[in-house]
Amino acid sequence: MRALTWQGKHDVRVETVPDPRIVNPRDAILKVTSTAICGSDLHLYDKVIPTLQAGDVLGHEFMGEVVEVGPANESLKVGDRVVVPFVIACGKCFFCDRQQFSACDNSNPADKADMSEKLYGYPMSGLFGYSHLTGGYAGGQAEYVRVPYSDVGPIRVPDGVDDDKVLFLSDILPTGWMAAENCEIETGDTVAVWGCGPVGLFAVQSAFLLGAERVIAVDHHPRRLDLAADFGAEVLNYEECDVHDAVKDMTGGIGPDACIDAVGLESHGMAIDNVYDHVKTTTMLATDRIHALRQVILACRKGGRVSIPGVYGGFADKFPIGALMEKGLTIRSGQTHVQKYLPKLLELVLEDKVDTTSMISHRMPLEEAAEGYRLFKEQQNECTKVVLKPH
Amino acid sequence: MATAEHSTPASDSDSEGTTTTTRAITVNRPLEELYAFWRDVGNLPKFMENIQSIEVLDERRSRWTVAAPGGTEVTWTSVIVEDEPDRLIAWRSEEGADIDNAGRIEFLAAPGGRGTQIRAEISYDPPSGAIGKLVAKLFQREPAIQTRRELRRFKQLMETGEISTAEPPDAAPRD
Repeated sequence: MRALTWQGKHDVRVETVPDPRIVNPRDAILKVTSTAICGSDLHLYDKVIPTLQAGDVLGHEFMGEVVEVGPANESLKVGDRVVVPFVIACGKCFFCDRQQFSACDNSNPADKADMSEKLYGYPMSGLFGYSHLTGGYAGGQAEYVRVPYSDVGPIRVPDGVDDDKVLFLSDILPTGWMAAENCEIETGDTVAVWGCGPVGLFAVQSAFLLGAERVIAVDHHPRRLDLAADFGAEVLNYEECDVHDAVKDMTGGIGPDACIDAVGLESHGMAIDNVYDHVKTTTMLATDRIHALRQVILACRKGGRVSIPGVYGGFADKFPIGALMEKGLTIRSGQTHVQKYLPKLLELVLEDKVDTTSMISHRMPLEEAAEGYRLFKEQQNECTKVVLKPH
Repeated sequence: MATAEHSTPASDSDSEGTTTTTRAITVNRPLEELYAFWRDVGNLPKFMENIQSIEVLDERRSRWTVAAPGGTEVTWTSVIVEDEPDRLIAWRSEEGADIDNAGRIEFLAAPGGRGTQIRAEISYDPPSGAIGKLVAKLFQREPAIQTRRELRRFKQLMETGEISTAEPPDAAPRD
């Protein structure tokens, strides 16, 4: 089959690789009909997440048609049309029992789990196409993909609904939703969202659906800010204003009740601390640049909530622990427990309560995936989301 | 106890060169089931990567076989030296084994009905001689790694009915 493979920093290629097959009894094989490039794939493209190997198949946002099911899979059948969560979860462990699916204890293979146990104290779950830290599973930017524990994750979608409308149930819609849920929004709340990539845009929509009175969105790409404004946010371009002063002013000096960092570890920005981070990162003294997160923590009101859906992988320098403690902030974070949110979110999508398609700027065949990565990396204003069609 | 694994692996070598590894893991299954599975030692190769087969000889003795490169095999006899139903099992290799080894696994009900806490203690002597070196290659260099991976596979098998893998050809082929 054809698949998008990682070869090295800024080098991804569509190549012919062996077809996947059923390995375990609860597996399924999917013929991929649509797959997207995620902002977090750019962390792999930029080689800031370690443990990738040349030839790894990327892609964790995908959907398709079931073409084969393992003997112990009692919930899927050939021909089912499903969207697959990017988090692989067994459905049977302590964490899955508590719907903390991204903490699944079993989906990261025993030999791969050593790395994240060493880094984080405990091994993390498996993810599709996202380095060997998270299992080394082949991803879905391919014609076919093996889905382990496929009786737990995939959700069936009705015929007659476009792929583009439901594809983002795989990651970015539930990620934006959980980011907003983690804000524990109360009546009258103002929520500020840093980063208007797809996750930030879904966080904006989710915050309103969960009862926010106002949403303030921060970015520097005019096109992305326009999209946020279309969803009802008041927008701030950080190249044109001092964000901290602006959000304070907009909230009558109190500050936002909740702040979302939808930027993550490759935070851009002009401030002096970011230049410092860049020097430290390139000299391997620290791994994560946290300019956005610092601003989030400083901007959040006293006693407020900070939600971090943005991806971080390692260590951060100059973390404002004083502001966190003295203001009594609550921080909630984590890879998304996708499986927990799917039924509710599918319902919202089918009822047209969430706009899932206007952020898609590019649709292209899988064969052009390398160009898709380049565009998404280099033209972030125009290129807001790339959807690939493998067949 | 909010986490499933609550002890980091540890290895110690005593003055005689014996390496002992301890590790704890919580399995979300009833204690009786886990004890029974482990007590039927013929089950162990299902999650112990390097053990090719275990032939049960009698109530306490079993013959363990490890496949070695070049089509050869290394075998030894293992004896259960302690057995308390639903509580613990301990075993050790009989005198003269190519690789002297011993193990002890304890089962304890986790608080609040949260499955079973397992504590494993595995020790073996570094092998000597040509065949010993061969065996040492099979057993990964760091015994703590071997133990924690086996316990993870045991947990996966008991909780999910399968052992997680991302092995090729599911991933792209490598040189």
